[in-house]
Amino acid sequence: MARTTSPCATCALSTPQLDRLGLDAQEVDYVVALAGNPNTGKSTVFNNLTGLRQHTGNWPGKTIARAEGAFAYRGARYRIVDLPGTYSLLSATPDEEVARDFILFGKPAVTIVVADATRLERNLNLLLQVLHITDRAVLCVNFLDEAEAHGLVLDLGGLSTELGIPVVGAAARQGRGIPELLEAVADVAEGRVECRPLRPRFEIPGLDHAIAELLPLLDHAYPGVSHADWVAMRLLEGDEEMATAVRDGHLGELRADHVATEAGGHE
Amino acid sequence: MSDDPRRDVLDAADRLRWDLPQNFRDRWVEQTYAESERLASAYVRQDQPSRRLAWERRLDAFLTNRWTGYPTMVLMLAVVLWITISGANVPSELLATLLVDRGTALWHSLFAALHAPAWLSGLLIDGIWLTTAWVVAVMLPPMAIFFPLFTLLEDFGYLPRVAFNLDSTFKWAGAHGKQALTMTMGFGCNAAGVVATRVIDSPRERLIAILTNNFSLCNGRWPTQIVLATIFIGVLVPSHLSQLVATSAVLGIALLGVVFMFGSSWLLSRTVLRGEASTFSLELPPYRPPRVLQTLYTSLIDRTLIVLWRAIVFAAPAGALLWLITNIHVGGLSIAEYGINALQPLGWLMGLNGVILLAYVVAIPANEIVIPTIIALTTMTTAAAVGAPETTGVIYEFSDQNVLKSLLVGAGWTTLTAVCLMLFSLLHNPCSTTLYTIYKETHSAKWTTVAALMPIAFGIVVCSLVALVWRALGGS
Repeated sequence: MARTTSPCATCALSTPQLDRLGLDAQEVDYVVALAGNPNTGKSTVFNNLTGLRQHTGNWPGKTIARAEGAFAYRGARYRIVDLPGTYSLLSATPDEEVARDFILFGKPAVTIVVADATRLERNLNLLLQVLHITDRAVLCVNFLDEAEAHGLVLDLGGLSTELGIPVVGAAARQGRGIPELLEAVADVAEGRVECRPLRPRFEIPGLDHAIAELLPLLDHAYPGVSHADWVAMRLLEGDEEMATAVRDGHLGELRADHVATEAGGHE
Repeated sequence: MSDDPRRDVLDAADRLRWDLPQNFRDRWVEQTYAESERLASAYVRQDQPSRRLAWERRLDAFLTNRWTGYPTMVLMLAVVLWITISGANVPSELLATLLVDRGTALWHSLFAALHAPAWLSGLLIDGIWLTTAWVVAVMLPPMAIFFPLFTLLEDFGYLPRVAFNLDSTFKWAGAHGKQALTMTMGFGCNAAGVVATRVIDSPRERLIAILTNNFSLCNGRWPTQIVLATIFIGVLVPSHLSQLVATSAVLGIALLGVVFMFGSSWLLSRTVLRGEASTFSLELPPYRPPRVLQTLYTSLIDRTLIVLWRAIVFAAPAGALLWLITNIHVGGLSIAEYGINALQPLGWLMGLNGVILLAYVVAIPANEIVIPTIIALTTMTTAAAVGAPETTGVIYEFSDQNVLKSLLVGAGWTTLTAVCLMLFSLLHNPCSTTLYTIYKETHSAKWTTVAALMPIAFGIVVCSLVALVWRALGGS
């Protein structure tokens, strides 16, 4: 198992290169988004990284708006945004819109998807949707301690290989896995690790043909737009929000996705 | 192709949509699910049967059962209150002796040695110091016990079970089931409860949750309830039963608040906020062993000390104001006495007195300082009445009787006063912070006014009825 947790339960508290900056998000090099199903411990991971003490609670929907904080790791400064927990990115609830818009338009250098190890099947569903709209993601499989208590054995190395992104096991409440998570985030942000996210082909009659016809038109209207497949599928589905983004030019903001932040620009 | 490439994209999408199966979106979602399932089954293995899962299911069956769910909720609340009441008594007494009695005397001798003018020592010691000292003595111990216990329950995962249990009742009241979560948040702080209503999507149901959040006793009011129940209700029975009876009294008030919350939600959803309750899904999270030490630390730092600090910030100027209105005389009477006399008839009708109502006017900024304000106002007006101007004006009997009780009984308080004050503490306007939060969340002066006046109206009616019946039955 590659990239699982270290046995040291308190490493996060003494990770030497980590500098928790709390709310001080000035002059950041990279933006990190924190997504995941409700109640998977996103806020705990957030607090671990930033040193902030956002109230955590064992009930879904606790994080109402998005919370932001900052940390520095190995000389680079990161702004991290704790998104509201969602089960999916495909429907139109306000929470999902906040999460989807931020991952699409907030230009995160890395999106951390926090998943509950004891409910991995349902959590992977969100991850696959996230991988549809961003290349740069890290999966943090949280509550490993509970998975062990439930007698579950997880092959995170195999999962990482198949997903094409770093996968880190964690028990954030105990601080387990936080150093490994930081390392993976830095690797992706600084380009040391290249993600090749798993994007399963959809077996829907006519879809490939429809996308193939839409893509050149999209490229003509918005040259260099990223995640064109996703945009095309949303348009074909009849999503009003996406149609509006095409109509009013909002979609143009997708063009420089990631590149600006990667070059060290501050948005 | 037209001149408008954006138009071309949308037109093509509209045309191509007809070539796709009608259930395109469903298939998209289904295939994503199928892929997740494949991945999970490939990389997750169940090594041994999970004993923990079986245990969790049994616990859930018990906690969310139709017959055992409700009693368990009441019992949990009762246990938390009982621990708070029995634990807070001794430290509260200790702090009162230390800060109020010794501290005040110490300051006075210090000021006397410095030959400070009477008005200065009066304003600083009898006004600001005394009010602030009472805030700390009355509030700190119950909060330091109540908050961590509540946070432990939250950490364990009990709140969603409460929401699950109460769902059908909320539906009956025409309100959203997630109001159970905002209600329980309100038991901590109403302003936080009002902000938490953002989890409710429907504007109608959200407004109901906002307007009725005040019926959750907040941390500013728990100490009031606990103090009054301990020194007035608990002593009505033999001492070995007193904590039990005091706990029941506070529990009764808290449950009455829940009844009022449901009742007024029902009323609102049948009148000005008519509509059907919308459905939603709420995941019951796994039970997680609470992190005891971390919970103690964060609830002490984040909640107890922050709330206490807020109370002190409001109490200090209120103390100064109180001293001024009791010591500035216009035509033979102090300003406070004019206020007390004016409010006395309404106070009597409600089983209270003018001092209490004036204290509520002064204490609008924060519920936390109501009891200290009442104490300070009682002390100062009693002192003024017996004509002891330049002393502390406080004569405490440190025999075996509670300091606070002797003071209040001396000012004419009876069991009826305590009962009506407990009721009025539940049923009155939200504090200024909560009102401001309601205004920010609703952007409506109208609904903020409703939120302020509705509980007061309930309070006046309920207290007056209780006083009427009490007196008719021959109580005093």
